[in-house]
Amino acid sequence: MSDTLEQAIGQAQHRSTFARIANLQVFWVFIAAVLACLALSVMTDAFATERNLFNVSRNFAFVAIIAIGMTTVIASGGIDLSVGSTVVLSAMVISVLMEGGYPFWFSAVAALGVALLVGLINGVLIAYAGMPAFVITLGMLSAARSAAMVLSNNKMIWEFGPDHDLLLWIGGGSTFGLPHPLYVLVVLTVVMSVVYRWTRWGQYVFAIGSNEEAATLTGIAVKPIKVSIYMFSAFTAGLTGILMAGWLGSVTTNLGTAMELTVIAAAVIGGANLNGGEGTALGAVVGALLIEVIRNSLILLGISTFWQGMFIGTFIVIAVSFDRIRHARS
Amino acid sequence: MSRLKLSGVSKSFGAIQALDNVSLQLGPGEVIGLMGDNGAGKSTLVKIIAGNYRPTTGEIRIDDKRVEFHKPIDAQREGIEIVYQDLALCDHFTAASNVFLGREPMKRFGPFGAIDYEEMRTTSAKLFARLKSETRPRDVVRRMSGGQRQAVAIARTLLSDAKIVLLDEPTAAISVRQVAEVLDLIRNLRDHGISVILISHRMPDVFAVSDVIAVLRRGQLVASKKAAESSPEEVTGLITGAIEYA
Ligand SMILES: Nc1ncnc2c1ncn2[C@@H]1O[C@H](COP(=O)(O)OP(=O)(O)OP(=O)(O)O)[C@@H](O)[C@H]1O
Ligand SMILES: [Mg+2]
Repeated sequence: MSDTLEQAIGQAQHRSTFARIANLQVFWVFIAAVLACLALSVMTDAFATERNLFNVSRNFAFVAIIAIGMTTVIASGGIDLSVGSTVVLSAMVISVLMEGGYPFWFSAVAALGVALLVGLINGVLIAYAGMPAFVITLGMLSAARSAAMVLSNNKMIWEFGPDHDLLLWIGGGSTFGLPHPLYVLVVLTVVMSVVYRWTRWGQYVFAIGSNEEAATLTGIAVKPIKVSIYMFSAFTAGLTGILMAGWLGSVTTNLGTAMELTVIAAAVIGGANLNGGEGTALGAVVGALLIEVIRNSLILLGISTFWQGMFIGTFIVIAVSFDRIRHARS
Repeated sequence: MSRLKLSGVSKSFGAIQALDNVSLQLGPGEVIGLMGDNGAGKSTLVKIIAGNYRPTTGEIRIDDKRVEFHKPIDAQREGIEIVYQDLALCDHFTAASNVFLGREPMKRFGPFGAIDYEEMRTTSAKLFARLKSETRPRDVVRRMSGGQRQAVAIARTLLSDAKIVLLDEPTAAISVRQVAEVLDLIRNLRDHGISVILISHRMPDVFAVSDVIAVLRRGQLVASKKAAESSPEEVTGLITGAIEYA
């Protein structure tokens, strides 16, 4: 009797590796992206060129970096609508400082510091004042972009002082044929995959999103962790702002407009659950990849980019219904 | 000696007086069955003992030493463990992760630490075996039966060397066979000298394991007497108010 009990307890779930992988949303999104790439390679000559692949990998890296921050927020049961504005604020801080003759590293740290401050304000108002994340970050969406306009007097900046070339190289250059933002993305993906699974902070992010009440009752420091989550999200946006400034070589206050929607779409398509408790770094990356491949394919196939939203919208709905089907089955 | 002693504990939430001057004693290895109608204040009382709420007035003594809990962790340090009425589990997590939630063991790699999943699995497997529950540590809680979820929540209390275990309706949503298992577990805790406060609406469960029956009515403790000297009829009367006081 006790033997069979221990056997029953020790038993793993009867599911093969393939069944487990097939149950992952990120797997199917990845398949969709690969199929799209294959189709494009056959249908157009322009897709599988080095130049185009380079552009695709760089463009999707910007969205994917922030999507990892967004996935963290969404996994904790929140939302951050202010990331697009944090991108422009960070880009503007580094541009204004570098234009004023400050070196790159000083300006970059200042830009990240300002982004972290944005996250801190979001986090404190959400965690300690108990206000809804949607409302607070919607307010910040407006306030941060306005701050960027005030800072730059709403003019374009394209001269970055003594470290001008360094900034352009960091954001727009490449090493071993791969664009620099892609390196940042790979490091961030690996680090955050490890952090989600192997650190207490990572587990608590998901615990808060899964059952905030339970997390509080078990003595997890929910409020400070929430603040750190919004700061991390703002950090990814700030980082992207710096990289985008270098890539574009000029910064205007339009930068990052509506980017939060693409980022949220990438996170959700990649399996982040808007009810909290679920999401992966790899999912965010694959979701962002799929969106960029769709965008790129429409351009290459000569289809009006006005159709882009239709495709992305369809994928969001498919991703969410996939989630429901999977949960209904189990 | 009393393991736990409450004197004149009151708690109000704004205009609601949830507890009114409650005094209660619990000896080592003693089981108190706490009964009362919905909203009588039972959950509030155990949450005060577990450090979730602070009493508006009144004091708590553990082993004759006055204590003040600001957070649940303060109560845990004094050996108080609680199973919440709604179980307080994370549905997306495995049984093992839920058992260890908030106190994950860490494996060290030089300057780095990583959550020790292996340790969490083996320890929770042992706890489930001790509870005689067919609960697999790797299973996700969302897909579990009511009894298995209960086992996960109770296994949490066995992680540390608890002196006092508070159970808020542990037999509410589970099958008859599993009720018997939970009652066995309570006897098991008692035999190890652990004191238990059991909240339940089920009269037979309470009488099966309790040494003392305590009844709350609208925040007031209207009875606290030996189970052997009471009866289900009397307790029913006390709960409804047909019997004023005993
Ligand atoms: N956090 C809170 N804020 C405000 N009022 C509360 C709070 N918790 C409990 N109450 C109120 O205190 C009273 C006692 O509630 P409590 O949950 O302790 O009852 P209970 O005896 O556990 O009931 P049940 O059998 O339904 O679980 C109720 O009137 C309830 O509405
Ligand atoms: Mg209750």
